[in-house]
Amino acid sequence: MNPVNYLYLAGLLFTIGATGVLIRRNAIVVFMCVELMLNACNLAFVTFSRLHGNLDGQVFAFFTMVVAAAEVVVGLAIIVSLFRTRHSASVDDASLMKL
Amino acid sequence: MSAQLAAYTTSTGEAFQFWVLGTVAVLGALCTVFMKKAVHSALSLAGTMIVLAVFYLANGAYFLGIVQIVVYTGAIMMLFLFVVMLVGVTAADSLKETIKGQRWLALLCGVGFGVLLLAGIANASLKDFAGTGQANANGNVEGLAALIFTKYVFAFEITGALLITAAVGAMVLTHRERTERAKTQRELSEQRVREGKYVPPLPAPGVYARHNAVDIAGLLPDGTPSELTVSKTLRERGQIRDVSTDAINDLRALEQRSEERLERTPIEPETFKRPEEASK
Amino acid sequence: MEKLIALLIAAPLLGAAVLLVGGRRLDRVGHWIGTLLSTASFVFGLLLFADLLGRNAEHRTLTQHLWSWIPVEGFQADVTLRLDQLSMTFVLLITGVGSLIHLYSVGYMEHDERRRRFFGYLNLFLAAMLLLVLADNYLLLYVGWEGVGLASYLLIGFWQHKPSAATAAKKAFLVNRVGDMGLSIAIMLMFTTFGSFAFGPVFGHVGDASQGKLTAIGLMLLLAACGKSAQVPLQSWLGDAMEGPTPVSALIHAATMVTAGVYLIVRSAAVFNAAPDAQLAVTVVGAVTLLFGAIVGCAKDDIKKALAGSTMSQIGYMVLAAGLGPIGYVFAIMHLVTHGFFKAGLFLGAGSVMHGMNDEVDMRKYGGLRKYMPVTFVTFGLGYLAIIGFPGLSGFFSKDKIIEAAFAKGGTEGWILGGAALLGAAITAFYMTRVMLMTFFGEERWKNRPTRSPGAPSAEPAAEHRGEHAEPHPHESPKVMTIPMIVLAVGSVLGGGFFSIGDRFLHWLEPVTGHSEGHSPVSAGEVTAATMVCLVIGVAIAWAQYGRKPVPAVAPRGSLLTRAARRDLLQDDFNHVVLVRGGEHLTRSLVYLDHSLVDGVVNGTAAGFGGLSGRLRRFQNGFARSYAVSMFGGAALLVAATLLMRAV
Repeated sequence: MNPVNYLYLAGLLFTIGATGVLIRRNAIVVFMCVELMLNACNLAFVTFSRLHGNLDGQVFAFFTMVVAAAEVVVGLAIIVSLFRTRHSASVDDASLMKL
Repeated sequence: MSAQLAAYTTSTGEAFQFWVLGTVAVLGALCTVFMKKAVHSALSLAGTMIVLAVFYLANGAYFLGIVQIVVYTGAIMMLFLFVVMLVGVTAADSLKETIKGQRWLALLCGVGFGVLLLAGIANASLKDFAGTGQANANGNVEGLAALIFTKYVFAFEITGALLITAAVGAMVLTHRERTERAKTQRELSEQRVREGKYVPPLPAPGVYARHNAVDIAGLLPDGTPSELTVSKTLRERGQIRDVSTDAINDLRALEQRSEERLERTPIEPETFKRPEEASK
Repeated sequence: MEKLIALLIAAPLLGAAVLLVGGRRLDRVGHWIGTLLSTASFVFGLLLFADLLGRNAEHRTLTQHLWSWIPVEGFQADVTLRLDQLSMTFVLLITGVGSLIHLYSVGYMEHDERRRRFFGYLNLFLAAMLLLVLADNYLLLYVGWEGVGLASYLLIGFWQHKPSAATAAKKAFLVNRVGDMGLSIAIMLMFTTFGSFAFGPVFGHVGDASQGKLTAIGLMLLLAACGKSAQVPLQSWLGDAMEGPTPVSALIHAATMVTAGVYLIVRSAAVFNAAPDAQLAVTVVGAVTLLFGAIVGCAKDDIKKALAGSTMSQIGYMVLAAGLGPIGYVFAIMHLVTHGFFKAGLFLGAGSVMHGMNDEVDMRKYGGLRKYMPVTFVTFGLGYLAIIGFPGLSGFFSKDKIIEAAFAKGGTEGWILGGAALLGAAITAFYMTRVMLMTFFGEERWKNRPTRSPGAPSAEPAAEHRGEHAEPHPHESPKVMTIPMIVLAVGSVLGGGFFSIGDRFLHWLEPVTGHSEGHSPVSAGEVTAATMVCLVIGVAIAWAQYGRKPVPAVAPRGSLLTRAARRDLLQDDFNHVVLVRGGEHLTRSLVYLDHSLVDGVVNGTAAGFGGLSGRLRRFQNGFARSYAVSMFGGAALLVAATLLMRAV
């Protein structure tokens, strides 16, 4: 098996995650899909690290994880405060900017 | 296995592991997207992430594999679950699309994007895998540390600042400033007496020992359920269960079944309805 | 002595400021303040006059530089006053007649609540008019020119609650504006031609300028004069200006302001002398106007409008004389001065009659008033004799000279102009006799009838204070009104003789305007005889028509000419058809063009963008997920583009 299959898998997961972001209305699930996309990227990074034979790709994946952690913390805080004011976690309900 | 071989192919074991666990990962991803309940989505995602951790290990990223399990699956997914609980575990999303054409557009874009991405990967000449054997010669963690604290030290420090900011931001976002002193129990009870409303303690929820029980409204003497008996949180989420007619209906069903068994004609086939519902 | 010149203007200007700013607390004394300051100006004028008389004829030009107005390199506008014989004449006329009319107004406006304001405007007028005649350059003259226009506007519309007065004021202002435009263009032309608009440099360099430019400047100055002096074709405002109080008609629209055009032409003598074409135009305008005004004067039943027609006609004489060049300038000014006396006197007399007749202005409702207001009768009669040119009175001398000068122009022009002037004299005799007969002689048509036909417009609203609906009780006016009339009557009787005998006026003005004797094809005696014959014919016809037969109280239908003359010889109809209608059509087509083309393009663009954005707006549905789809689609396109680039 050629390790390039990992890349195909990463692309597939990324696409599934992206589609999920577009389809789901529950903000928490949307967030999970974003996490899925980030993880797919990490897999690609790790595979590229193997491809090139150095560890830079893994360092990038590591940074991605840290940033993703920060993002999840803030994002979930936003969802909680949104839910507190609107009693809903649907992203469609936050459409007040519409004319 | 020689290093030469690792350059463009993997061991059979790894191939087997990839095909099995890869399928699991894709299924988990699909479940994440299509599960109705957020809890199920979160669990599916956790599964996918564990599979990914195994793939990291297989690709020679030992440190990341462990971090993936500890940080992602352990900490972040727990955070997700925690928020899901906070927001309402049973609040199932309806998957019905409300924006016209959104689903088709999303699927079209997704398929198009995916095809293009996979085509791009297929098109790239990715034959020669160097393998991480050389890079991991002094240990994977040591190699990473050497890079992080030399070449990427600034990025690392900035990431630290980002984390601190995120932590503070989350606190600011979720923290609610009290504009007035909280009332003590004594003051609250005095206020109740003064207003003359619900002077006694609130009534207990329903007495039927099924489901959550706390989400079942207690019945008033006239048989109507009282919303007061259910906790305010459940009331706001609309998760009150009305079981005032369940028992009677069950009884009817039982009677009907016994009559069917005794081969009698059913006297009253309809289920019992509350008077106001029947009048609609 | 030069220092006094500024005081001439300063005194009435101070009066205007005090009266207009002072407010109601000056209501009780305002009119005396105004009269006092006007008289003060007259006294300064007399002092300066005495000073000038004490000098040689060559040194009678005084200048006073006050300050630099617009000190720009290459464009020096100074506030400099210039007092010479010409200005002096005007100063004395303006302040003298002005003071008399101030005095008269004290009585005439007695019952008007806004008398203080009226005197403020009168003082403002005096100041502006004095600035006009004392200015040493055209730009400063223009300030005075606009100032008298403003004062005229304010005073015509003094009874602004009457729509007719407000409209008349606007009409006067607008028509004057056409003339003012002429003056401003003339000043600009002077500046481009001579590099200056001060009198000295302009007149000194007339020889250097081309004939065409001088003619253009002359014609523009003539346009200005036409506007201010109510000459054809800008004459239409004067008749309506009689909506103002009668003292205003006497001072501004008979004696002084309307003669500003004559002053302008005579002052610009150097320009006109060098531009014969412009001069010819001036004489034509003068001749046409003198006949035009006279014919209008014949048909009017409103005593003030009849006098207004007469004013127009007499100024026509002056303009005609001014157009004749050096042979006419002096006589133009002389007629101007004598006309100032007798026409002011006539107007004051008319005001006195109206004062006694409950502000009735229709002469057909007068009659036989000589018994009731003897002083008015005598002074008005003397003014009448003066204007028709009765031998020995002032009009006789001044008008006769103009007719002589017209003949002296020579050639066919001379005959035509002289003939017109003679004909004008006959018509003048006719219409003035008509006014005289209808007002003071004949049966008393105001008796035994309702004072005013219902619905007839009240001439002067002060009438309401005086018991309008009672039968009029004609009575003599108070002394404060009759004294100015007497003084003016004396002036009308003696002025002409005083000026003419020994050619005093000629010698006085000659250094400024220059003078030359024409070569008249007819002798002076013949002209005088012809004038006398015309006078007698005019008077006789008038007597035959209005003296011998009773005057009908309702105007007969009259001939076509009469009817046309009653409508001011269709001047307003002409303006309406040619200017108003034409303007309306022009604006309407422009509006159409604006609406269809300009607005069409603008609105079309706007509507196009509006519709486009209305459709584009649908994409902005506010759902974050929709935006995310676009982003994702864009990302897909980017990937595709990257792959495509790589493939290529």
